[in-house]
Amino acid sequence: MSVQSWTFILVAASFTLYIGIAVWSRANSTKDFYIAGAGVSPLANGMATAADWMSAASFISMAGLISFMGYDGAVYLMGWTGGYVLLALLLAPYLRKYGAYTVPDFVGDRYYSQTARIVAVVCAIFVSFTYVSGQMRGVGVVFSRFLEVDVNVGVYIGMAIVFFYAVLGGMKGITYTQVAQYCVLIFAYLVPAIFLSLLITGNPVPQLGFGSVDQASGVSLLERLNGLHQELGFSEYTSGTKSRLDVFFITAALMVGTAGLPHVIIRFYTVPRVRDARLSVGWALVFIALLYTTAPAVAVFARTNLINSVSEVPYTEVPEWFTTWESTGLLTFDDVNGDGRIQFVGPDSPLANELTVDNDIIVLANPEIAGLPNWVVGLVAAGGLAAALSTAAGLLLVVSSAVSHDLLKRSIMPEITERGELIAARISAGVAVLVAGYLGINPPGFVAQVVAFAFGLAASSFFPVIILGIFTKSTTREGAILGMVSGITLTAAYIAYFTLIHPELNHADNWWFGISPQGIGTVGMLLNFAITLTVSRFTPDPPPEVQQLVEMIRVPKGAGAAHEISA
Amino acid sequence: MTEQPSQGSAGYQSDSSTRVRAAEYWRRNIRYVGILLVVWFVVSYGFGIIAVEPLDAVTIPGTGFPLGFWFAQQGAIYVFVALVFVYVFLMNRLDREFDLSEEDDT
Repeated sequence: MSVQSWTFILVAASFTLYIGIAVWSRANSTKDFYIAGAGVSPLANGMATAADWMSAASFISMAGLISFMGYDGAVYLMGWTGGYVLLALLLAPYLRKYGAYTVPDFVGDRYYSQTARIVAVVCAIFVSFTYVSGQMRGVGVVFSRFLEVDVNVGVYIGMAIVFFYAVLGGMKGITYTQVAQYCVLIFAYLVPAIFLSLLITGNPVPQLGFGSVDQASGVSLLERLNGLHQELGFSEYTSGTKSRLDVFFITAALMVGTAGLPHVIIRFYTVPRVRDARLSVGWALVFIALLYTTAPAVAVFARTNLINSVSEVPYTEVPEWFTTWESTGLLTFDDVNGDGRIQFVGPDSPLANELTVDNDIIVLANPEIAGLPNWVVGLVAAGGLAAALSTAAGLLLVVSSAVSHDLLKRSIMPEITERGELIAARISAGVAVLVAGYLGINPPGFVAQVVAFAFGLAASSFFPVIILGIFTKSTTREGAILGMVSGITLTAAYIAYFTLIHPELNHADNWWFGISPQGIGTVGMLLNFAITLTVSRFTPDPPPEVQQLVEMIRVPKGAGAAHEISA
Repeated sequence: MTEQPSQGSAGYQSDSSTRVRAAEYWRRNIRYVGILLVVWFVVSYGFGIIAVEPLDAVTIPGTGFPLGFWFAQQGAIYVFVALVFVYVFLMNRLDREFDLSEEDDT
């Protein structure tokens, strides 16, 4: 069977499964809709969190990015996993004990202030929308490449599916669909990785394989790759090119941003008990680590394969995948010296580079480059869609609950009935899907960068005020509001200055202390901490009820009752 | 798990001895968190970033991994997973020791 029929069968089968689950797990109350009735087992929640967390960027782009960045790719690997340690130790158990429905809910109650709640709502919607538009685009790209439909038609199909299970099932539908999506995406990621590892090193475990001996050359694979890099004028693969300070700040921004992303935090509201919340973070990290420890191996295999299969090859003899991807524009060849051969070389080479390869095609094209069976190629497409759809759904739920719960129920019309709120939640989820689809079809030019910056924004706004809200009793609303506003403003301004206003100045000489816009979220977070703590010293202490609330969230006992105290 | 408020010993609203115990529980928790975060920092920022060059001089025996590179792209992630499960274990034990476990809620 052809790649296209395999893709069609596997994608259709996985979509049918998601819709079946959505019908089975319909939400009947706002508690179902927002937090899946707080009845999800820690293991299932861990799997759902992993699918929610790993987006089109993790599945499609990350291994490709690492294969271009070498050592520097560690910023993503450590940055996007280390945040879960912070979540388990500093956030998840306490937020579960408090028992809110949303992140702004906690911020508003802990800081006894509607202003704090509204600032948090705005931050949550801003962060989630920047993130979600990239997901819809990912759906479109996968559709257009593998099913040869228009990118926009791909986005419409994706919207229809998400609309169905997010609007109908809310968090409950999303959670159980995400469990299925995790299984699809991890299977789709591991199968080609294991094939490649066996093919290149003879070791079936990719995590060990990329540290073993390359069967073709008889030397260690990493040594072989470093050698190829040196020959072709790239910098050494295992060393990287970024400054240590920048690597440090980017890693920190991604870690703290992970722990501050609202769609990740609310996942831990869905389990029954505080100890389930702790354990659930552990399971989530196990499921995430399975992909994240495989990615650097895939990056090394792909890089070696790519160099071996194109370097100095005559253009007339290129393999079939080369031509297919050339037609999408994601791979371009320009025969600068007119010798008819492909020179794929780095900046230190005396020759001119003639081949440009987009990061995004590394994972998608990998099975074809390695000559794996057609069904594996189709499987990768289904996995990419699972990753993009699951993340989009989780983000849309954050937007919908921010509107129906934090704005309507808790701010504008507190007298709204349970039924009314549930209808409002469904309508706002529906509207959010349409807005996300619009952004996917008409992406603002800067979407690709903005998605990475969502982490900086989350790190500089939510993380400090939530931590201080739990670990200190004396942090005041004035401190928290000024801290959130100044942290996110500094971060957004620095990013906007270097990416939107003066993109031509965006290189290390102009950055503050050599910190790139990706790493600035760490500075914004430190500023937020400093301002929140300083202002809190000079403003009146929080009222006694709030101090009691803080004492209450610190002990696990009585998790079910918590929400009523403050409501 | 029920929705009824738990009776009596919910931590903050009862007598002073409960408050003293809750404070001691919190102090122990902070100590665990502090120690685990030091390990978290050392393996990722320490081994994986700050000390990566000297560590890269060593290759893990039997493999082709430079040690610093391995910590940055593999080792740190394994340690992160272990840290979360160690914390789960320590806190479940602490909850039982202080009788704050949720098992008696249900």
